[in-house]
Amino acid sequence: MAIEGADLVKAAAFLGAGIAMGLGAIGPGVGEGMTAAKACEAIGQNPREAGLLTRTMLVGQAVAESTGIYSLVIALLLLFVV
Amino acid sequence: MMEFDAQAWVKVAAFIGGGMAIGFGAIGAAIGEGYTASLANLAVSRNPKISGDIFKTMLVGQAVAESASIFALVVAILLLFMNPSNASMIQAAAFLGAGLSMGFGAIGSGIGSGFPGGQACFGLSRQPAVASRLTTNMLIGSAVCQTPAIFSLVVAFILLFMNFSAAPLNPNWAALVGAGLSTGLAAIGSGYGGGMAAGASCEGVARQPEAVGNLTTIMLVGQAVAQTPAIFGLLVSFILIFKVWPETAQIQTAMALLSAGLCAGFGGIGPGLGNGMAAEGAVRWVARNLSSAADLMRIMLVGQAVSQSTAIYALVVSLVLIFVV
Repeated sequence: MAIEGADLVKAAAFLGAGIAMGLGAIGPGVGEGMTAAKACEAIGQNPREAGLLTRTMLVGQAVAESTGIYSLVIALLLLFVV
Repeated sequence: MMEFDAQAWVKVAAFIGGGMAIGFGAIGAAIGEGYTASLANLAVSRNPKISGDIFKTMLVGQAVAESASIFALVVAILLLFMNPSNASMIQAAAFLGAGLSMGFGAIGSGIGSGFPGGQACFGLSRQPAVASRLTTNMLIGSAVCQTPAIFSLVVAFILLFMNFSAAPLNPNWAALVGAGLSTGLAAIGSGYGGGMAAGASCEGVARQPEAVGNLTTIMLVGQAVAQTPAIFGLLVSFILIFKVWPETAQIQTAMALLSAGLCAGFGGIGPGLGNGMAAEGAVRWVARNLSSAADLMRIMLVGQAVSQSTAIYALVVSLVLIFVV
């Protein structure tokens, strides 16, 4: 079974894409979950401010999402561009 | 294995290294930023009137935590698109090492930088009047906490840009991969530990604003000791990168060098975490009991020295693996 050099490179690109997005999904998941949990606690303590607290939660989660987006971009680059 | 040309192997290593760099690198910053956002939310619920200040502090704190993953993104992009003209197998090993170094190195610093950000936001809700001191403390603490990620970035850049083609492939490939592992892994503990100390100091400033001088001092001393395992890792990395081993077909020399990197790397995780825990305890109690600051500093240093011992054992074994066997 002869493996071409170009195939090996593609194989590595796919492997890299999987590692990038797979591991990259861990962090935002944990971080945004923590944010949501504390947001629930915060609203439980102060229900009148639910609107402000929800907005703060969403902005905080959006920032934590950014590293997941970086991983997605690198994974897509590995799959389709390089 | 030699049917593929070196160019293919270099690309293989670059892509896998790049995937690992951003994959691992994204973990830490996201968790840290999530922690900051979660405490910011609690702070807003406690004190909705200053939600604007809390929001701003949260974003600044998250920006510092983000920097570790930005380093990782830069290394990943360089790995994906850098096409070196002098492709050789040793370059493949260097690229893999660079990806490992930055990937692992960003984890600890990312999570760690989240702690001061979160505690600063929560502290604001308790004591809005000391906002500037809290922000200053948060920035100092999280900046020191980024140091291990910067070490990892330095090692990654050296591995990416230095020309290794003069070095024979075996056993130097193992030295370069080991160099990446050494700094990258050791940075995990030191980054997280430094962050714990910084978080406690922000909480302490909110509790006792007059103690800000003592708190910052103890935090910096504790963080400095917590950085030591990362410095050991960096030292071993530099030795592995800059020393060129003569060509040998024996597998055990290569494995000794790889193992030296693993030893210094993994060996730094525990002591880094432990030193950070000690520093956090000391800082936390200085805030509550300012009069015993000197005693607390002494006990912290003694305790950190003991917990540092296994990092020293790991360094010794690494050096033995490099120089003796």
